[in-house]
Amino acid sequence: MSNSTQQLADALRAAFVDKLEAVTVAYDEVNADVSAQNLIEVATGLRDDDAFRFEQLVDLSGVDYSQYGRVEWQTEDASRAGFCRGVEEGATMGRLQFGDELESLVNQGRRFAAVSHLISYSLNRRLRLRVFAADDDFPIVPTLTGVWASADWYEREAFDLFGILFSDHPDLRRILTDYGFVGHPFRKDFPLVGNVEMRYDPERERVVYEPVTIEPRVLVPRVKREDHRYLADEPDEAQN
Amino acid sequence: MPDIKNYTLNFGPQHPAAHGVLRLVLEMDGEVIERADPHIGLLHRGTEKLAETKPYNQTIGYMDRLDYVSMMCNEHGYVLAIEKLLGVEIPERAQYIRVMFDEITRILNHLMWIGTHALDVGAMTMFLYAFREREDLMDMYEAVSGARMHAAYYRPGGVARDLPETMPQYLESRWRSKKEADRLNQNRQGSLLDFAEDFVRRFPGYVDEYETLLTDNRIWKQRTVDIGVVSPERAYQLGFTGPMLRGSGVEWDIRKKQPYEVYDRVDFDIPVGTNGDCYDRYLVRIEEMRQSNHIIKQCIDWLRGNPGLVLTDNHKVAPPRREEIKADMEGLIHHFKLFTEGYTLPPGEVYTAIEHPKGEFGVYLISDGANKPYRVKVRAPGFAHLSSMNEMAQGHMLADVVAIIGTQDIVFGEIDR
Repeated sequence: MSNSTQQLADALRAAFVDKLEAVTVAYDEVNADVSAQNLIEVATGLRDDDAFRFEQLVDLSGVDYSQYGRVEWQTEDASRAGFCRGVEEGATMGRLQFGDELESLVNQGRRFAAVSHLISYSLNRRLRLRVFAADDDFPIVPTLTGVWASADWYEREAFDLFGILFSDHPDLRRILTDYGFVGHPFRKDFPLVGNVEMRYDPERERVVYEPVTIEPRVLVPRVKREDHRYLADEPDEAQN
Repeated sequence: MPDIKNYTLNFGPQHPAAHGVLRLVLEMDGEVIERADPHIGLLHRGTEKLAETKPYNQTIGYMDRLDYVSMMCNEHGYVLAIEKLLGVEIPERAQYIRVMFDEITRILNHLMWIGTHALDVGAMTMFLYAFREREDLMDMYEAVSGARMHAAYYRPGGVARDLPETMPQYLESRWRSKKEADRLNQNRQGSLLDFAEDFVRRFPGYVDEYETLLTDNRIWKQRTVDIGVVSPERAYQLGFTGPMLRGSGVEWDIRKKQPYEVYDRVDFDIPVGTNGDCYDRYLVRIEEMRQSNHIIKQCIDWLRGNPGLVLTDNHKVAPPRREEIKADMEGLIHHFKLFTEGYTLPPGEVYTAIEHPKGEFGVYLISDGANKPYRVKVRAPGFAHLSSMNEMAQGHMLADVVAIIGTQDIVFGEIDR
């Protein structure tokens, strides 16, 4: 397998010289980053070119990179001060509450990505195609529905959960959340407990929305260990 | 004569043929479907977001609840992603156990599918037959994990524990006489493998029974032949995988083409359809049950002769045995660290796919080096299948929509996630 992934990466670099931002191979998988302008051209090439023949878009997923690498527990200081004092104060991903704002966002300008997984049945290959939205406040990328029809619902899902807009999508409606839902729940600055809760109000004889009453809590803090104790040899790839 | 105009029909979300909480808005011209607009998300629980806030192992239980009729296969896709990032080797015996339970799960899923599909189309008996066999398979789940459905049995590094030497027994009670209990316990006297072998011996006969009821049944054929025809080209475009893709005549099975675990060491065939209609997909799934049975048999034979570890002895990933925890300082520390903090994964992104009973079940895992995933995206096969509902149902009658929902093998746990 590893031979063929390397071959695929080389073929991609050769075929789309300046169209792809980066082609990386890690864990026996090929990842290609493409800019929004070149997306459709590259995708069409990947589908129609005899060297690639990616007949199907298996999956398309939105990703919010704005908290990438942030943790809730600084292990180095904490080993002196003990667990409870080691837990960082303030709003982090897990303990975000109604009205809270995340303290800092990393990866600015490259916050949202639409990641598609392609498969070639005839050549038995897979490829990950990642496109970043240029503007964090108004993330917009071109739609892939014209190239692969299965992108339709996946893009609706990415729009619903992350607020990524897909230009020229034929029917960009919410798909998974409730009718009339406000916000994009899988964004990192959307609290896990949600913003509103719903109940039936017998006096007004209708369903009412109120701010959530659940306390967000973190049982196990998010922690990073730099030692990677269990790895015999570390894979040769740096992320982002 | 008054003008008959198109009208809109609401189907579900509470409808026995909607397989859960599917709401379909159908634009009808008389009894013919002009446009079908599925509304999904009524079972959306935010599994992927929940996974981001928990250590890796605590999400295994959520995976069971995605496609709640093929539980262990979901777990399999998830643990494979973790193992790929960690790079842990899993013991061979664990791989065989996983393959065996994947195939048990496949039969479990296909039985559920054929029962409900036939019931929707009007064959009541199939449902009763299928649930009779599901009982035995769920007993195997119970014997190995303690839970009949949501097993949480696969762990990164192997499986939670070895196959048991005894099967749970039925007890005499107010509702069950001694004689009845003894009859039910007859094939439960030996180990799980004995029980499974007994099942494997009986099962082809059961499949014959299903085929007697359906394969040449005139009503069944009238309801499924030439309904929901999908060409291979459209199947690619629409994101079809698994039996839906094979029904359209594409010879593709991840177990063969990109083998994981020990699928390259067991013998089985891939059934492929020719017409791409509901009937072909029915035939494909029936044959898959026979093939799964064949795989289970091979796994049983191998497992009998090869005792050994079922969980990696790398205690940075999997907990040590109880005795070690009691006797060994390091074992205690490992246990404590694993259950309080979990293990961290190296930063990276992986996508693993397995041949789930419904199609390709993929997990796209992004780790930033922490003890919790940064993002987990579950690629559920049913999601892509259901999105083709509009195209498959167009021009068909209202009653055919029910057959199409059946053939797509819709389960809302995985579609809504």
